[in-house]
Amino acid sequence: MTPPVMGPTAASAWSDHVVVLPIVLPIAVAGAMFLLDERRHRLKAALSLATVLVMLGVALLLLGRAGDAPEVYRLGNWAAPYGIVLVADRLSAAMLALAAVLGLGALVFSFARWTRAGPRFQGLFLLLLMGVNGAFLTGDLFNLFVFFEVMLAASYGLVLHGSGETRIRAGLGYIAVNLVASLFFLVGVSLIYGTMGTLNMADLARRLAAPAAGELALFESGCAILGIAFLIKCSAWPLGFWLPTTYAAASAPAAAILAILSKVGVYVVVRLSLLLFGTGLSEGFGQTWILAAGLATIAYGTVGILAARDLARAGGYAVMISSGTVLAALGTGNGGALAGALYYLVGSTLAAGALFLLAEVLQRGRDPVEAAQPVFADEYRDPFDDAGATEVGRAIPAAVAILGLGFLLCTLMLAGVPPLAGFVGKLAMFTGLTAGAITASGWGLMAILTLSSLGTLMPLVRLGILNLWVPRDDPPPVLRPSEFAALAGLLAACLALALWGGPGLAYADATVRALAQPGDYVRAVLGAPAGGAP
Amino acid sequence: MELVLSAGIGVFAAAGVWLMLRPRTFQVALGLSLLSYAVNLFIFAMGRLTVGAPPVLGAAPDVVSVDDPVTQALVLTALVIGFALTALFLVVLLAARGVTGCDHVDGREPHHAEPHPGNPHP
Repeated sequence: MTPPVMGPTAASAWSDHVVVLPIVLPIAVAGAMFLLDERRHRLKAALSLATVLVMLGVALLLLGRAGDAPEVYRLGNWAAPYGIVLVADRLSAAMLALAAVLGLGALVFSFARWTRAGPRFQGLFLLLLMGVNGAFLTGDLFNLFVFFEVMLAASYGLVLHGSGETRIRAGLGYIAVNLVASLFFLVGVSLIYGTMGTLNMADLARRLAAPAAGELALFESGCAILGIAFLIKCSAWPLGFWLPTTYAAASAPAAAILAILSKVGVYVVVRLSLLLFGTGLSEGFGQTWILAAGLATIAYGTVGILAARDLARAGGYAVMISSGTVLAALGTGNGGALAGALYYLVGSTLAAGALFLLAEVLQRGRDPVEAAQPVFADEYRDPFDDAGATEVGRAIPAAVAILGLGFLLCTLMLAGVPPLAGFVGKLAMFTGLTAGAITASGWGLMAILTLSSLGTLMPLVRLGILNLWVPRDDPPPVLRPSEFAALAGLLAACLALALWGGPGLAYADATVRALAQPGDYVRAVLGAPAGGAP
Repeated sequence: MELVLSAGIGVFAAAGVWLMLRPRTFQVALGLSLLSYAVNLFIFAMGRLTVGAPPVLGAAPDVVSVDDPVTQALVLTALVIGFALTALFLVVLLAARGVTGCDHVDGREPHHAEPHPGNPHP
């Protein structure tokens, strides 16, 4: 599985290969895990936890060493436009770290109950992370398709995890929508290949920079169709009606990790827009549409969250709002706003993931989705049947107080209220938008962001009062140690993002500056010395 | 040849879209399959249509008389993935049929279902 040693300096070979680890490691471990019997769940838990921890370490390593020049990894050491490349730049590294942190939280949470609902949860979970990591790293449109499909196939299994009528019905719609989106993806990719003759992103950018590229109109239609596929994934209005239903129906750890899926769509839109349409022949292509879709998504998400009657649904709409914010900031063409939006994206994704987990703990016992008859014979145990629990059985005391604090942090993050990172991100966006002469789109974005802050705060406070303060007859929520650890970890990451807001924003600024210079990316991928190529 | 192929793709796509908008899950599954046939043919056509040209350099010395091997590789990948996911969709479809007791895409029959001439199972 290890490609040949790259370059003449074999001494530095080890750390070069780190780039491929977030893809190779989870798929290898997941493959091994499917061979294990379902009774070995402690071993599976240990294996999956170790894998995600290694992924987190690799992501932090890449995050630390991400510089101005993207790190390029050529698989099998084939030269760039013909071989397959992985590219790790600042944006990829940040997204990898986000996926690993969220994945760690969701996985640890699932140890308390949800791994008992079916034997293949952890394997699918690792495959999903492999697809997500691959999508963040790949420098090639067709591999992007393959990684998307791996990620989606795993997500279909995770949405259905725990089974039950609500999940199956939601899953049916989710799968149908995403299969159609994949067809759009294929049509777009093949149109781009048919007109440009390449699928390597850097090569595409280079050909677009040439003075005459044939069939530009057809190429742009291909990009538009491809864009539709990504906008479906990031649930932009009016393509995202599937998201709240699906996320509310999925089990809590699955919903938490699915929060990263819509961000993969956002990532690709940001990456391709700035790489292909930042400069060159098709400069600014589709920007107005992305702006409109982003603004409409924020508005729809806000209305939806105002109408939401349970927390998991509210979480789904919060995911939509955070995707819409980045799309709209990208559409304004303002670098400072995009940097703020990327910073906001990291914080709001973590907070939305934590909200899904909190929703399950708080609404457990009242949630109609949870109780389910197994469909397949090996779904052997009800995850909420505590009688046969083998792991640490003690509940954390003062659960309500801890959950209340966690809920408060989530609300502050998602609504963008001081003093947490959500506010820092929104403030950075406003600073960027008001830096020069304020455009009409800038005013529109600022107005809608302010309204959506209010529109997020109100329903979350209402749901919080309903779930935490209103006296009830049923027993208080039980918080298990691993559930507590997962929530505490995710919220600590949110707090850390606020505490290190300065370096975080500086990193986001540097990311956007590098993205605005697609020449560096192209040179790094195509112009890199060939090394020891065969 | 171009006309026949594009007409074929068009018919597949039209039939697929129509079937996918039908209310029964099996119709949706068939529509998805037809649509993916159309897309696979479309990918194949994007490598330009040639007759009798090998996709391997070496048999023919000049590039013009060689078929594009990349689209063939792409279509193969897309076929495999599409096939697998359609199979998965069929499993979920059967599970939905078993759990909800009906084969409507919403999992329940509409309340005031009027018999429709084009729909044998109102």
